[in-house]
Parts: sequence; structure tokens; C-alpha cells
Amino acid sequence: MSSALYDLPGPRARVRNQAFGVLAILCIVALFGFVGYRFWATGQFESPKWEWLLYKDLQLQLVAALGATLGAFLVAALLALAFGLLFAVARLSEHWWWRTPAFAIVELFRAIPLVVMIFFLFYAAPQAGINLGVFWSLVVSLTLYNGSVLAEIFRAGMQSVPRGQREAAYALGLRKNQVMRAVLLPQAIQAMLPTIVSQLVVLLKDTALGFLITYQELLNEARYLGSLTEFGRPIIPTALVIGAVYITLCTALSALAGYLERRSRRTGRALPIPDAPLVTAELAA
Amino acid sequence: MIELLFDNRDLFITGFLHTILLFVLAGLGALVLGTLLAAMRVSPVPALRLLGTGYVTIFRNTPLTLVFFFFAFAYPRLQLVDVSFFTRAVLALAMYTAAFVCEVVRSGINTVDVGQFEASRALGFTFSQTLTTVVVPQAIRSVVPPMTSVLNSLLKNTTIAAGFSVLEAGQITPALSERGAPLLIGMFWIAVGFGILVAPLTATQRALEKRWSVAR
Repeated sequence: MSSALYDLPGPRARVRNQAFGVLAILCIVALFGFVGYRFWATGQFESPKWEWLLYKDLQLQLVAALGATLGAFLVAALLALAFGLLFAVARLSEHWWWRTPAFAIVELFRAIPLVVMIFFLFYAAPQAGINLGVFWSLVVSLTLYNGSVLAEIFRAGMQSVPRGQREAAYALGLRKNQVMRAVLLPQAIQAMLPTIVSQLVVLLKDTALGFLITYQELLNEARYLGSLTEFGRPIIPTALVIGAVYITLCTALSALAGYLERRSRRTGRALPIPDAPLVTAELAA
Repeated sequence: MIELLFDNRDLFITGFLHTILLFVLAGLGALVLGTLLAAMRVSPVPALRLLGTGYVTIFRNTPLTLVFFFFAFAYPRLQLVDVSFFTRAVLALAMYTAAFVCEVVRSGINTVDVGQFEASRALGFTFSQTLTTVVVPQAIRSVVPPMTSVLNSLLKNTTIAAGFSVLEAGQITPALSERGAPLLIGMFWIAVGFGILVAPLTATQRALEKRWSVAR
């Protein structure tokens, strides 16, 4: 709609816009030029700094690190989806002894910063005799946080299903959990699919927090490769490569979210009600 | 229970002070940069739109930890101006959050009905009059709730700085662990601390929403 903000440009405005355009391009070129110059001046483009990419062992390490990132992501994503479904249903229960604890737990884990949670499980839990280790400290924290956010997303989705659907289902004589399983949940999931996927992007990005507790994922690999003196400690090249890997992974997932959103719009089914899903995917790390 | 708080008050006070400072500085930076980016993304100049879109795409798809990583380890290698870890943490947070602020502001502008723009133009309002007297007052209502949640996340994200030698609230747990203090209680106080910090944000949101909740 942004084009409605301004009139169709007349001759003077066109000239002005072109001037702004040229200025903007100059600024971009200057910015990239400066960054590129600093890279060049500090020798980041010299071949020794990129040679590590050619070694098979290091390539395999990189793949292993990618596997570690994706492994943590997949396990945490599945657990978080299950956690979210369970708590969304519990929060909509008619019984306060389900509703209240579910509400408290979801709010608690949404409020605690993920880093604090990870540090807690990694440093504090062993004092209480629970030794989860690096992988599970990360995965459990990711599950609790993202699961809580997903619970809110599912709940908003189920509440955005028109009331008539639920009433009709009850009128047909379906039981409470049939109404939930066969009527509300499928519609809610379809309406909320884009939001759910963007929350999974957040989860994928959050696996990078494993770096802080030395989980051997992509960032740790970048740090290790970046400290190899035989390649002149190529921390900038490795950071660039790892950054590209993350951007590719996340963009692919985001593209999936965009595709799903367009598809649900096209079929005309299960449109999210515009003002209900205020629960946009929460950004985290 | 309360003894732990008193015995380690140095940790808690510097920790949360740094958290607040990081939050305020990075928040201001992100709001300014994000609004600027949003303005670029709705501008009639294609080059500016492209730059805004590119920035948002890159930063939304990069983990904040990687941005911190870059500022902590890679930045010094570029031999630019030497700045403290704290300043670099503010930069990392502000640049990352700005992408999200931009999206909130932009979608806020998009919620305003096209007829509103057209009507104000038909009445002879200039571009800046349209924006300040018609669009922004309406857009701000739909911006407040998501903006609060962006700021909320920023507050929580400040803890990532803990991994990069900025002593703030996220650093309290490892530091307590070094001192051999009971961490379960320490964790409780950290959670309370964040609760206290989040409360004014949520309260402001509620108040503003109530004030602006006019049927459209």
C-alpha cells in the first residue's frame, strides 16, 4: 500500500527521486567499498586466509558442525511443537487445575531470557544432581522457551476459529476432545502455519546460543577455524562463510513460511483473522 | 534466600545496571535506525527500498550470537576505531533489533487504509502533513503491541552479551557458580530482576492500548 503514500511523481519529483537514487547508490557503494577496502587492507582476501576451505578434514568438520546445528534444531523443534500443542490445549481447558499451571509455566518460560535458562541448566542443574550435558542443556532450554511461544501461537489460532465451528461440532454431538482434535486444531494449525514456521526460524537461529556453552556447532567451528595460525587466523573469512550458511538456512525456512502464507491465502480457507494473531513470532536471538 | 542477594550484591547491581544501560542505548539506536529503514522501505526511490529490504533480510536471518561474534572477534581485525566491548555490544544489539523495528513500523503504516491517504491527498495535504496528521496517529495504535514485544525481546537478548565478556545480568549465573553460591536461589533472583524490568514495559503497553483502543 506504500505507493498510496505519495502522488505519482511529476517531472520535478522524478528528477528529485533520481537524484536521491543516485545518492543512495553512491552511499551503498561507498559503504561496501569502505568495508571491502578494510578487508583488503587487513589482508582478508589473501589466499592463505581462505585455504582452509580446501582441506578435506576441515570440510568434514564443517559438515559435522552443520549436522550438530541441524540436529539440535530438529530435536528441539519437534519437542517444542509437542510442548506447544500440549500447553495450548491445557490453557484452553475448562478445568482451572489444568489452566492455571499451564498459564504459569508458559508465562514463566516466555519471560526468562534463553541465555539465563541455558546457563542455568548447564551451570546450576549439576549442583542439584541433574547433569544434562551440553546438547540437552541447549535442547531443553530451546524447547521450553520456543514451546511456550508456540503454545501462545496455537492458542491464538484456536481462538481465531469462528465460534460457530465449535458450536456446530458440539451440536453434532462430538465430545470435547473430538471438537479439539477434529475441528479446532486443524483449522488453527492451518491459519497459524506461517507464524509457526517463522517461530521455527527463530529456534534455528537460537541454536547459535550453544556457542556460549561450547556446544560444537557452526559458531564454535568458526571460532576454531578462525584461530588456526597456519592459515593466518582467518576469523573474518570463517565468520563470513558461517554467516552465509545461517542466512541460507534461515532464508530457506522463511521462504517456506512465505509460500505457506500465500497458499493459504489462495485457497481462501482458514484465513487468519487480521486482528487476532497479535502473537507474531517473537524474535529472539 | 535474601542473604545470597546481599552477599553478591556487587554482581547483581553491576549486572542489572549494565543490562539496563545496554537496553536503553541499544533500544534508542534500534528505534532510530529501524524507523529510518522503514522510511527507506516505503520511499519512492527504488535504490533506497532495495537497501532497506537487503538490510532487513540479512539481519533477520542471522543469529544475534553471530552478530556478536563478528563484533567481538572479527571487528578488531579490521583495525578500525578501537572501541570497548560494551560499545560493540550496543552496536550489535541495535543493528540486529533495527531490522525488527523496521518491520513493525512498516506493517503499521500498511495497516492504515489506502482511502485515508487518498482522502488526505484529495484535501490538498502535503506528503509530510499526510504522514504526521493522518497516517502516523492511526498507525501508532497497531505499532505499539508488536513494538513492545520487540523491546521485550531486546531486553532478553542483552543477556547474550554475557558470552562476550560484558558483565551484565546473563553473566550472574556463571559468576555465582564460580563463587560456589547456591544457583537455584541465584536463578530465582535473576528471574525476579527480569520480571521487574519487564513490568513497566508491559504496563506502558496496556495503558497505551487502552487509551488508543478506539473501534475503527
